[in-house]
Amino acid sequence: MADKRLTLDEFVSELDSGMTIGIGGWGSRRKPMAAVRAILRSDLTGLTVVSYGGPDVGLLAAAGKVAKVVYGFVTLDSIPTDPHFKAARQSGAIEAMEIDEGMFYLGLLAASQRVPFLPTRAGLGSDVMLVNPSLRTVLSPYDDGEELVAVPALRLDAAVVHVNRADAAGSGQILGPDPFFDELFLGAADRRFVTTERVVATDELAAGGPIQSLCISRLLTDGVLETPGGAHFTACVPDYGRDEGFQREYVAAAGDSDAWVAFSQRFLAIDEVDYQAATREAAVERATAKQAKQAKQAREGS
Amino acid sequence: MTGTMDTGVTRAEYCAVACAEVFRGDGEVMASAFGTAPALGARLARLTFAPDLVLTDGDAALVYGAPPLGADPSSLVLESHMPYRRVFDVVWSGRRNLIMMASQIDRTGNQNISAIGAWSRPKAQLVGVRGAPGNTVNHSTSYWVPNHSTRSFVEQVDVVSGVGYARAEAAGPSATKFHEIRCVVSNLGVFDFTTADHAMRLASVHPGVTVDEVIQATGFALVIPDVVGATRDPTPEELGLLRNVLDPMGLRDREVKA
Repeated sequence: MADKRLTLDEFVSELDSGMTIGIGGWGSRRKPMAAVRAILRSDLTGLTVVSYGGPDVGLLAAAGKVAKVVYGFVTLDSIPTDPHFKAARQSGAIEAMEIDEGMFYLGLLAASQRVPFLPTRAGLGSDVMLVNPSLRTVLSPYDDGEELVAVPALRLDAAVVHVNRADAAGSGQILGPDPFFDELFLGAADRRFVTTERVVATDELAAGGPIQSLCISRLLTDGVLETPGGAHFTACVPDYGRDEGFQREYVAAAGDSDAWVAFSQRFLAIDEVDYQAATREAAVERATAKQAKQAKQAREGS
Repeated sequence: MTGTMDTGVTRAEYCAVACAEVFRGDGEVMASAFGTAPALGARLARLTFAPDLVLTDGDAALVYGAPPLGADPSSLVLESHMPYRRVFDVVWSGRRNLIMMASQIDRTGNQNISAIGAWSRPKAQLVGVRGAPGNTVNHSTSYWVPNHSTRSFVEQVDVVSGVGYARAEAAGPSATKFHEIRCVVSNLGVFDFTTADHAMRLASVHPGVTVDEVIQATGFALVIPDVVGATRDPTPEELGLLRNVLDPMGLRDREVKA
């Protein structure tokens, strides 16, 4: 079997400006953030990002990497919206294709199945049909005569997803409760990348969880990247939950240009290993500050 | 006259009971409920008059029974795996009843969670249309608005995310086939669309709220029946479940005051 392991730099070198890139995960959950951070450090621009959007979209938009976003939502889950995405939409900095999240699923499925579209009721009557004038409906060829939305295939130049475990040949294991649409992102893409918490021997995959957790086959992968903590600050259960403190820091910094410069210098202008160290340090600082605040409150209360 | 003064029932508790009523008579469907009052309403219905209702854990599973708000995930008894991909199968099969939130709702039941202002260059980008377009043309959908005002109840929403009656009709039979906006519950009252032209009608006011307050807080002409009833009181059993079992920490009173 081929060894598909790559470094983050090799991953970035396989991408080009102007590409359409699918990013797996959902909201602020199991996002391939190490890969996103590698794109942030690169000179790539003009990307079309296709995502069940979370901070991946916000960070890429803030760094000026994005020409267009295809999404049904962009959310941080515990915080309803992403501040950078909001700002980019409100300033008109990015083009947008906003569709129903089920339409989004069918677009990926159509691309995976190599058909031009799939029909659905979703979208009918809504402004999704008005704000995306390229969307068409299709008339059923059968006696029912129904007119349905023809969701176009969301074909991707590249896709990247993050999983809990993978082997060097590209079989991936998702140990959390929801595989989301990662398999379809990979199926819809020409170049397919899986980042993982840990690369393990193939026999460790089935030993580490039920067969249903082995949901990414090597038929769907071209490159495997070992990125411990690679979903941070999004959730990657059962390996780790969302780093809510860091996510709040991200949101707070986004609201102020000086704070954002400081945040970027501290966390984004550095490589992945240093990022992981810097975020651990930040977690300790937050814990210390919290203890000091509680101690102060206790003193004032007594 | 019933009301907070007489019964001690809080406004939030009336809202929870009004949300529970949304699930009456549906049998074995998946209840999805966003916001505190809807989450309580679905649980209350499951424990009382809608025992076949299927609740979710808010993550990727269906759960047995009706766990309290904020229950430790490890304490839940799971019935079935329900990852998002499978949720769409349920949505499109119609075996679901949903209460969503609405940043804006209008006279014919269009809902907006996408953007305020023109979509092309919004004044405020919100979360996005999410599943609202697909939900509304596939299964019964209701809305929860905890802050009823002329900013949330508007003549015409800025971006039609959830599809209302007029828009569904204009889109044709494939849009209307499974379309139902059952009701809107706000912190002031309950509203439905059981009028000739599916214009929003005031169905009941929560005890302690006047019809005039509702009219003043609404940005369009509601249909007001000659006699407007009050949202029903919780039964003693329901009140006990709400206060002692489902929401002992009183999260409901943080969402809706008074």
